[in-house]
Amino acid sequence: MLSTKTGNQFELEPRISGVDESLKNELSKQGIFTTSLQELYNWGRTRSLWPLNFGLACCAIEMIATTMARYDLARFGAEVFRPSPRQADLMIVAGTVTKKMAPQVVRLYNQMPEPKYVISMGACAISGGPFKQGYNVLKGIDRYIPVDVYIPGCPPRPEALIDAFMELQKKIDAQPLTGTHRPRHLNADQPSEFVVPQFGQHDLEPTRNPAIWTPPLVQISQTGTDESGSN
Amino acid sequence: MSAAIHPAAPFHLEPMIEPGKEQLLEVSMGPQHPSTHGVFRMNVVLDGERVVRLKPVFGYLHRNHEKIAENETYLGSMPYTDRLDYMCPLTNNWAYALAVEQLAGIQVPERAEYLRVITGELTRLQNHACLIGFLLQDMGASGTPLMYAFRQREIILDLFEALTGARMMCNYMRFGGCRVDLPAGWLDQAKKVVADIPRFLDEYERLLVSNEILMDRTQDVGVLSHELAVSAGISGPMARASGVDYDIRKVDHYSIYDRFSFRVPLGSHGDVYDRFMVRVLEMRESVSILQQAMRDIPEGPIVDPKTKIRGFRPKPGEAYGRIEAPKGELGFYLVSDGSPNPYRYRVRPPSLVNLTVLEDLCLGRNVADIVVILGSIDIVMGEVDR
Amino acid sequence: MNLEAIKSEIEANVPGCRLEMVDNPSPSGQHSLLLDAQHAAAVAVYLRDAADLRFDFCSNVTGIDWPGKELSQKVKVRKLVDGVEQEVDEVRTTTIPGSLEVVYHLYSVEKKHGPITLRLRTQDRDTGVHLPSLTPIWRSAELQEREIFDLFGVVFDGHPDLRRLLMWDDFQDHPMRRDYVDPDDYEYEPTAHDAVLQRANQHRSEEEGR
Repeated sequence: MLSTKTGNQFELEPRISGVDESLKNELSKQGIFTTSLQELYNWGRTRSLWPLNFGLACCAIEMIATTMARYDLARFGAEVFRPSPRQADLMIVAGTVTKKMAPQVVRLYNQMPEPKYVISMGACAISGGPFKQGYNVLKGIDRYIPVDVYIPGCPPRPEALIDAFMELQKKIDAQPLTGTHRPRHLNADQPSEFVVPQFGQHDLEPTRNPAIWTPPLVQISQTGTDESGSN
Repeated sequence: MSAAIHPAAPFHLEPMIEPGKEQLLEVSMGPQHPSTHGVFRMNVVLDGERVVRLKPVFGYLHRNHEKIAENETYLGSMPYTDRLDYMCPLTNNWAYALAVEQLAGIQVPERAEYLRVITGELTRLQNHACLIGFLLQDMGASGTPLMYAFRQREIILDLFEALTGARMMCNYMRFGGCRVDLPAGWLDQAKKVVADIPRFLDEYERLLVSNEILMDRTQDVGVLSHELAVSAGISGPMARASGVDYDIRKVDHYSIYDRFSFRVPLGSHGDVYDRFMVRVLEMRESVSILQQAMRDIPEGPIVDPKTKIRGFRPKPGEAYGRIEAPKGELGFYLVSDGSPNPYRYRVRPPSLVNLTVLEDLCLGRNVADIVVILGSIDIVMGEVDR
Repeated sequence: MNLEAIKSEIEANVPGCRLEMVDNPSPSGQHSLLLDAQHAAAVAVYLRDAADLRFDFCSNVTGIDWPGKELSQKVKVRKLVDGVEQEVDEVRTTTIPGSLEVVYHLYSVEKKHGPITLRLRTQDRDTGVHLPSLTPIWRSAELQEREIFDLFGVVFDGHPDLRRLLMWDDFQDHPMRRDYVDPDDYEYEPTAHDAVLQRANQHRSEEEGR
């Protein structure tokens, strides 16, 4: 049900310890633990992801419910929701992003220090959701900022948000420290700040960030009709 | 025209600056701020800590609900009403169903009315509890009252999920009744939940009502006078805290509220503490209404068998229907031209109209008081911006 | 709450005002009064302050867009055709100018009666869009009239702070009007049809031509 971004062919690499398993077990019985730097580094990052206090609409209420006593998100490491983007690792975009709000969302994302991740929660943040006909609705936050995990639902249940959180943790666990697939914060060639849209006279300018999002071309059948029979 | 300006509505306010102390700072609170209850922005001009001017900026959640409704059928807009005041989806549904029933002259059977009252009052309970929780979180009691409120809210949402299929976004009312009848055992479970709520309210009150910090921070803060409340169209618990004796359940006699005996709490000072206490007392009255409704609910159909669902085309005309939503007067104004889609669909949002007086309440107060006053107005941005 | 009686009372007490009853055929029975722009404020003050009416609570202010209509009629006209006078069918088009309408719903907190519906209409939809603001009389109209200015384009004279409410300040159009065209921003629909399919075809040819 959940999916990670399939834009670049990201393959989850198996964990490398560099040490033989039986030797590991022997040593651990003597109180000596062996691991690789990648495992240790990623373990520290995934178990203490601090989200930004950023709820936009109805999904924010389900996000708050996820942090409350019944579906406690704090046990996954999201102990505090930071009010300042400078102190947050994760931005959960929960709710409809309107065109009036979009520049502020991108500015907040730019202000977050690397490594930073984005969870797009709810149908509205993925693609505009039920309000996609609206003139003021941005059809998905991934038009301006890169998204790591999408959660469908309107609103998604708190369990779905926890599942997405765990999915993100798995994704971060598999990020290598070196090589071509290394994450953005270790790669000086990849940008970590993105262009902030400006208010135009009829729409935002630019309407999308071409480096991040290209409109998916619709599958048009040969005969040119769709299932409803109209042409 | 100046004679027509209401004396209690002074909106050309002089800035309160003492001569020689002109160190003004303009700050933008929001749209991302821990205490703005959603994406709401206030441009505040400060003299030190005191507020000199405050201009709210709206529109960060303007989702074009009214324009979308012009392209949808009447029933197709029902799920969108869930997303207006997203803390209380069921009362939004009810207000819309009521407006359409007035437009088309549809009668609602008895059992459906009782179901509407039961779900509506449960919604009011969890809304007031969560609001108090959010108000206290903004004041700095980081989390504890909110945890208690959400614990209770989850129990009520379990009931909603068993009945309608969804925790929020229930999409439960239809024109002429409700969508689905009670499953077996729901009423007994609901009676148990409601029997347990007074214990929760006792605990909540013991924790909060005589709390020294709460009283210090909320008494005589954000005083709203009776005249300004009426002139500015304030409704709901915020108006009743200022002594305005107007509860739409008692005035319009809509649905079957005439059969239940309940009181309407009124405040006398109009400050934040009164708004807080009015909501605490209203929760008790909701429990009383729930107990009466669950005792008296009859058997029968839940929707009028004669109503048309497919091809619903009300005759040309218009109607304005309103209910006492937990936040105030929620009204829907519908203009029909005989087609399946409404010609004009308008939501009268209580949160937006209640925000008219935000500047008046905050002037001369400290920045910290803005947060408390905004919390006591009880806004949800889905409703303010639609 | 007889609207006819209220209408005669207002006409008796506010000299010069021109009121019109607008009938509401739906079962709700909420008929309305159409006011003229010149005397609207005086009528509003009377409704608010009269001892037996006391409509002190303006609950809802709505804007409605009625675009202009073109009616074409076939008329028989005597004309010279090839030198012979004949009766010929001619099509005559009459344009009914559109207008923007503002509807006020009033209640009384003191007397607990209501609603009474007032309507104001602009002259047309281009330049004659000025209406008197009723904010000095009922403060609750302040934000709602700003919204109507933003989304419909009605200019309220006498409003203390007339700016856009929901859209950003540089925005040029009035989106709730019936002839507003949405900006084209690549709406993606998995099973596209009708207008969305046409636009997707257009985008595809643009992308391929690039």
